[in-house]
Amino acid sequence: MFVAPHIEWAALSPVLILLGAAVIGVLVEAFVPRGSRRLVQVVVAALALGGALVAVTWRWTVVQQDGPSSLVAGALREDAPALLFQAILLILALLALLVIADRARGEDAFTPTASAIPGSEYEGQARRAGLAQTEVFPLTMFAVTGMLVFPAAADLLTMFIALEVLSLPLYLLAGMARRRRLVSQEASLKYFLLGAFSSAFFLMGLALLYGYAGSVHLADIATAVPLVSGMDGLLLAGSALVIIGLLFKVGAVPFHSWTPDVYQGAPTPITGFMAACTKVAAFAALLRFVYVVTPGLGWDLAPFLWIVAILTMVVGTVLAIVQTDMKRTLAYSSVAHAGFLLLGIIALDERGISGILVYLLAYGLATVGAFALVTLVRTKDAEGNLVGEAGHLSEWAGLGRRSPVLAVCFALFLLSFAGIPLTAGFTGKFAVFGAAVAGGDWPLVVIAVLASAAAAFFYVRIIVLMFFTEPATGEDGSATTVVRSEGLTAVAVVVCAVGTVLVGVVPTAVLAVAAQASKFLL
Amino acid sequence: MSIDLAAILIVAVPLASAGVLLLLGRRSDGWGHWLGVLASAASAVMAFVILFGLLGRGAEDRAVDVHLFSWIPAGELDVDAGFLVDPLSATFLLLITFVGTLIHVYAVAYMEHDDDRRRFFAYLNLFIAAMLILVLADSFALLFVGWEGVGLASYLLIGFWNQRTEYAVAAKKAFVMNRVGDMGLIIAMGAMFASIGSVDFETVFAAAPELSEGWATAIGIALLIGACGKSAQFPLQAWLGDAMAGPTPVSALIHAATMVTAGVYLVVRSGAIFEASPTAQLLVVIVGAITLVFGAIVGCAKDDIKKALAASTMSQIGYMMLAAGLGPIGYAFAIFHLLTHGFFKAGMFLGAGSVMHGMNDEVNMRGFGGLSRFMKVTWITFGLGWLAIIGFPGLSGFWSKDKIIEAAFVGEGWQPWVFGMVALLAAGLTAFYMSRLFFMTFHGKARWNDGKNEAPGPEQHPHESPLLMTVPMIVLAVGSLGLGAFLAFGDRFFHWLEPVTGHAEHHDPVIPIPVIMGATVVLMLIGVLLAWRQYWASSVPLMPPTGSVLTRAARRDLYQDSVNEAVFARPGTHTVRTLTYADTAVVDGAVNGLGAGAVGLGERLRKLQNGHVRSYSAAMSVGVVLVLVIVLVARI
Repeated sequence: MFVAPHIEWAALSPVLILLGAAVIGVLVEAFVPRGSRRLVQVVVAALALGGALVAVTWRWTVVQQDGPSSLVAGALREDAPALLFQAILLILALLALLVIADRARGEDAFTPTASAIPGSEYEGQARRAGLAQTEVFPLTMFAVTGMLVFPAAADLLTMFIALEVLSLPLYLLAGMARRRRLVSQEASLKYFLLGAFSSAFFLMGLALLYGYAGSVHLADIATAVPLVSGMDGLLLAGSALVIIGLLFKVGAVPFHSWTPDVYQGAPTPITGFMAACTKVAAFAALLRFVYVVTPGLGWDLAPFLWIVAILTMVVGTVLAIVQTDMKRTLAYSSVAHAGFLLLGIIALDERGISGILVYLLAYGLATVGAFALVTLVRTKDAEGNLVGEAGHLSEWAGLGRRSPVLAVCFALFLLSFAGIPLTAGFTGKFAVFGAAVAGGDWPLVVIAVLASAAAAFFYVRIIVLMFFTEPATGEDGSATTVVRSEGLTAVAVVVCAVGTVLVGVVPTAVLAVAAQASKFLL
Repeated sequence: MSIDLAAILIVAVPLASAGVLLLLGRRSDGWGHWLGVLASAASAVMAFVILFGLLGRGAEDRAVDVHLFSWIPAGELDVDAGFLVDPLSATFLLLITFVGTLIHVYAVAYMEHDDDRRRFFAYLNLFIAAMLILVLADSFALLFVGWEGVGLASYLLIGFWNQRTEYAVAAKKAFVMNRVGDMGLIIAMGAMFASIGSVDFETVFAAAPELSEGWATAIGIALLIGACGKSAQFPLQAWLGDAMAGPTPVSALIHAATMVTAGVYLVVRSGAIFEASPTAQLLVVIVGAITLVFGAIVGCAKDDIKKALAASTMSQIGYMMLAAGLGPIGYAFAIFHLLTHGFFKAGMFLGAGSVMHGMNDEVNMRGFGGLSRFMKVTWITFGLGWLAIIGFPGLSGFWSKDKIIEAAFVGEGWQPWVFGMVALLAAGLTAFYMSRLFFMTFHGKARWNDGKNEAPGPEQHPHESPLLMTVPMIVLAVGSLGLGAFLAFGDRFFHWLEPVTGHAEHHDPVIPIPVIMGATVVLMLIGVLLAWRQYWASSVPLMPPTGSVLTRAARRDLYQDSVNEAVFARPGTHTVRTLTYADTAVVDGAVNGLGAGAVGLGERLRKLQNGHVRSYSAAMSVGVVLVLVIVLVARI
């Protein structure tokens, strides 16, 4: 018998606000004149993100008072970790939105018409007419909606739907770069195909777990673990497959192959957005699944997670060293960071949750900031025309002398990635590694520290390149130039930089808040 | 005005003045030096306020702790910044600010033609403030702040004319050797924290008697190293002679009267610790005795008037150190000698500056002679300082030095004989080298070119210095003349210090006191006579004679630099070179190897990243299969 579930509208308000904004965005495309469309879209999106952040803060006070609760017949869980992950997501999304909306030199990072064949006459006409693909904003809102549901999802079906809601807009957004459109479209298609592939694994795992426990609720599966015997194969294979589906989203080795290609091909603001926010959302879901369902499995899943974590750290670091493209370097760096974050998952310790929260905040700020700066550094051909972003590392040589502020900010984000003390990255690494040691995984921590040391090499190499190398002019007379942002990107970068320093210098406040999320309550 | 407020202002005023002079820069060139003088004079007034404030109290209440703020609240280590005003620190306050102000006044005229006079006064004020912090501190931590502050000021002032490379090198040498001593002080603080758990005077000295002898000795030796560095005591004495590169007022203030005596202050202040360790105490005495003789021998051979005075300073501080190592019996004598020495040595340095002023900055005494006729005031004031330092009966040095020699003869076993005889003989040596200096400069035939004789060098027109320079000299000379008698009368200085140094039971020396006094006077007269015969009655050669082995060694400071070079510098250089090589070859090699390995691995892995979705999905599939195998196999 079907019982209509009770809907807790208040608790759902953050999600509803964003979903509403996304729908309104679609209507804006249809009804608002082209001239003012972009402005309306940006305002709606920004208001929605800000409003959702306020709602999350309000729900935080409610949860502090009344404790966690289940929503919509157990489909969602409203508790401290979920709300904190949502808050981090909204902050990062807001910063990313500023970068997405920025139009340096009057051009945004997106193609005027995504449907035009690259290089066609129609594309040229659209560009000259000044068209803009303002659907970017509702698409982003849909993605953020999915991301918000992801950390709160308390059953596997909801989790899967959230996964798809956040992924589908990203597939589209990845293919909408203004320049190098073929690369962008290829990235989009790859992301879609491999994403679909991994979703299949997730669904397979879901089916196996349903077969094991007779329920898709995480809590029900967890209670079934000590009771049901004789079907361990189903449980283990199911858990492994669900985890694989999530590991694909965080870009862990060997499910990372899409990361460099997609990060490189996607429009850079979108790269920053998905590198930061997708990782936060996916780690939140992974954390919930592992901490709720698998504590009882303990040693059975440990070898698998250990191997994945080690591979992710090592491969991410080693491949980042040999990259020559800025976005690909940052992509592999984000793979390595996924490895470091996995330490907090494996720790299965209360401190792991707060550690991951802090790490994700630090990583997200630096990521949004770094990719925002990448959007501003452009290549100029011999005639002085801008031809696109300066992808190759050598084009960044000597940037410190011409644009000291930009270079210093970029260096700050790199140092935070490297985990140098007094930056947020150090706080995050310290928190996660500390949790892993508390969880007894010290060999992993040793590897992680070694990998961090090796990773510092390529971060510092870029800094050296920017500050201590003469700027180079290409053989064809091309040079590197820095375009002025419209202001929005600058704001995002400054906020990221300030946040990076603050979390690094006075980490106690952030750690104290994160520590309140130290328990997943079933 | 309360003592608390005066104690704060005495430091704050010169510090603020230094800040103003340094921040305003060239804009304050016109009046900056007078601001410096005023700041120092204001401190002197405060010092007298503090003196009278203390005198107005009973002997037992003469210790005021001025709490400033909580400074280092770090877990178990909780250090408050605070000042301790007691008779000992008040004595230093008076010496520093009074002599300091006189020297400030003197410097106004002495540095008149220097473009950077304002900066000079800023550094002098900075020095005064740091030195006052040093003696006012109520914890070793704050004392260390002043300790480093005076080191910095000393460095800046020695190298004040740093356009001359050798002066800059001298400043660096002083700084580095001081750092060696500072390490001692830091180690001492560490040891205190480890054994007692605190670094403030009150707690440490209260706990000192209960310390195990091992800890007390360790702390004592570490403190002694610190004292040796700052006070130019053996084996860290080599920097003082070179420090004479600084302008003469600096030599008078920092390297004669005040900063170099900080080591003596440290030992006397930490008396409780040294009393807990006879070994450390004995080491202090030995260091003092060695330096005493060392300085005296070097002083006999130096022809540079300032370097001869520097050697003498070293030797006199040796006396103080020796006394300080004797325990409560010697503390008051050490401080007494420190005080009188501050007056007569500063006076003589100013006199030397006055001579240089009149002789075109000539410092070689073999180029002086017969100057008494041309610089009457300088001659008389310097003469009083000379009589004081050689211990001529009745003058300041007589009262203070005689006490130390007597105290050195007190004790049992071999020690009183050895240290007593050393102190006694050194008194004779002192008489010889100081008379030599005095006679070579002011008496005998003129060996400088007066336009009529055959002497080489530019023509000289010796003349007396202006009033701004002579008045401070006269005031200091009055101190050389009467301060000792004034303070020794009725033992009033020793009663004044008693609350700090403790009451010393009277002990009889191993030789009766009249015999010691008689022997001291006889030795002094012999020293003077010998000097008179060689440097007044007979002619002094312009070029130094080759001399005996000892003379040659003494001219080269008993090879102190060669020893330092051979024992520390060269092995140090070799160690650094070896380490650098090891770093390049081994550490860098390993790191670079690791890097190269990572790059190689990366290049291979890169081939897997070929851009084909089919390869990617194949890789994922293989990964999934492997994961399932691992998970299911691990279960079995």
